[in-house]
Amino acid sequence: MDFTTDRFWLWCAGACYFAGLILGTIAVLRERRHSRGLMYLIMVAGYVLQTTGLYLRGLEVKGCPLGNQFEIFQFTAWSATTLYLMIGVTFRLSLLGYFTSMLTAALTLLSLAMPAWDASRRVNVFGGNAWIEFHAALALFSYGVFGLLALTSILFLLRHFSLKNKRLDGAFAFLPPIVDLDQISFRLLLAGVLLLAASLAVGSAWWLRDVEAVHPVKITVTVAIWTAYMIALVLRMRGILQGKRLAWSCVALFGAALLSLSILTPRSPASPKVPVVSLHS
Amino acid sequence: MPDSPSLFVVGANHHTTPLELREKLALTADKLAAFQKAATEIEGLRELAVLNTCNRVELYGVAGSAQVVERLQAEFCRLSGLSPSSFAEIRKQVDGRDAIVHLISVACGLESQMLGENEIFGQVKDAYEAAQQRRSVGPILNRVFQKAFQGAKHVRTHTAVNAGQVSIASVAVELALSIFGDLRHTRVLLVGAGDIGEKTARAFQSRGAGSLTVASRTLGRAMELATEFGAVALPFEQVSQRLHEFDVMVCSTAAPYAVVSHAAADAALRRRPSHPLFFIDLAMPRDVEPEVSRLENAFVYNLDDLAKIAEKNRVARASEVDRARQIVHDRAQAIWQQVAAQVGITNGSGHAKPDRDLTPSAT
Repeated sequence: MDFTTDRFWLWCAGACYFAGLILGTIAVLRERRHSRGLMYLIMVAGYVLQTTGLYLRGLEVKGCPLGNQFEIFQFTAWSATTLYLMIGVTFRLSLLGYFTSMLTAALTLLSLAMPAWDASRRVNVFGGNAWIEFHAALALFSYGVFGLLALTSILFLLRHFSLKNKRLDGAFAFLPPIVDLDQISFRLLLAGVLLLAASLAVGSAWWLRDVEAVHPVKITVTVAIWTAYMIALVLRMRGILQGKRLAWSCVALFGAALLSLSILTPRSPASPKVPVVSLHS
Repeated sequence: MPDSPSLFVVGANHHTTPLELREKLALTADKLAAFQKAATEIEGLRELAVLNTCNRVELYGVAGSAQVVERLQAEFCRLSGLSPSSFAEIRKQVDGRDAIVHLISVACGLESQMLGENEIFGQVKDAYEAAQQRRSVGPILNRVFQKAFQGAKHVRTHTAVNAGQVSIASVAVELALSIFGDLRHTRVLLVGAGDIGEKTARAFQSRGAGSLTVASRTLGRAMELATEFGAVALPFEQVSQRLHEFDVMVCSTAAPYAVVSHAAADAALRRRPSHPLFFIDLAMPRDVEPEVSRLENAFVYNLDDLAKIAEKNRVARASEVDRARQIVHDRAQAIWQQVAAQVGITNGSGHAKPDRDLTPSAT
């Protein structure tokens, strides 16, 4: 086993997230509260390992590792973990660690299990332009925020179900208060919209200089995702979209955002011409 | 008689002592001071801690001989005005390792009237701290109490013996916490003067609810209750119009009609989007129209719902008792071995050697 490869470290990170998932699942099945400290520790370990893996990949591709579907999934998982580690300490939402481990384990292990997603590595994919790199990283980070928002929305839906149906025992007993979930979801929605807006602003500044550099479908999809989240935010602030409907919207929007990642991958036809390193060459 | 000290607990509790007798045995501050003073004069009594709650009076101590314990009991009976023979009928007296088993069981709520209640842990701690301040505890009780606290915490953490709430008022507060998280900013409206409603309002106050407002069909009664609670009174007619100002509504009126209609609740919720309303309907017939529960942000719990949750929790606690007792026995055995080996205490029957081979089944 080669300890110097990025994939080794990313597998280790995936294993950590999976361990968190197992720990949480056992606790839920046994109707016991899992140790928040232990979960946090596992997530920190996974985060450190994933950061190491992404750093090594970054050195290899000479930039932020966002050059293929594998890297994008890894980076999204890394963003979600970053936020969890920040939010987990501040808000102490029970079960959020479990749900985050579920999301990050899925994103990390799925991308590792799909060799085709990482078959070619694009070196210097952003052409050495730090602003475009920043734009891409910010956009992906906002997807991490939306990922966490989808998780808090699922927790909200479960808590709402439990309160409405008077199912308060078992794993339902460990769900966070519904008002806390609503507030944290609102903050995540606001943060995600602002981050994606900033990313689009940076990206559009460069796009205006070279309109043909980016495929119209990519722009349309990204703007559509941002607009949809923006509408959700405005409706939430005006008290029109709230509670269950907002939660379902956030889950559905994240599903759409995840699907859109395949379109946003720089492998799309209109992406800038960059050197490609094939794993099989 | 052997010189080795023995660990004992003697006292009376709700298992064997009716309320009238417990009232007689309860040590008021004056009586407690007098008893402790008298205890210091008993030769051979090496250590003493007094646990004095509404459900139990128990004396934990270390004595040089069985006669010392008898003298201590006699002193206790003299102060309580109870004959030693009457006390002998109701008393609980155990020695050695069983005393540790008893202490851990008490501290983790296994011996409480309301199984698994949390308050007793603090009361045992207070009793120990008071004894520490009086310097009436020494190496044996210090070790036993400190280890017993660890044991009790272990039981509470590793079993569900204290999980969930088992009274209507506590269940209601717990539900409010599931909705609002923090009650500091929660505004509670109590409508009606029913006994259970008052208890629930008190439970909210004791858990730090932001504000309490009282409404009753007669304003005089509302003002009376408001004064009693240190709350604000609200004319009954204004309840529907001002419903949106509150987060929790506790209803316990004797009104033959619903006090909160679907229309009133809907209007209130529209004025506070994203803020849920929690209705605790303790009235019979119900004060909140059943249709209110269909509103997305309204959570309606009636007396039956709360009673079912309380009963479920009680059953869940009871199902954990055997497991909890096993842990208590294991812990007590470990503590007893440590104490016996290090301090040379006996099991109370005069054996000079530490009792190392007791098993839970042997008790």
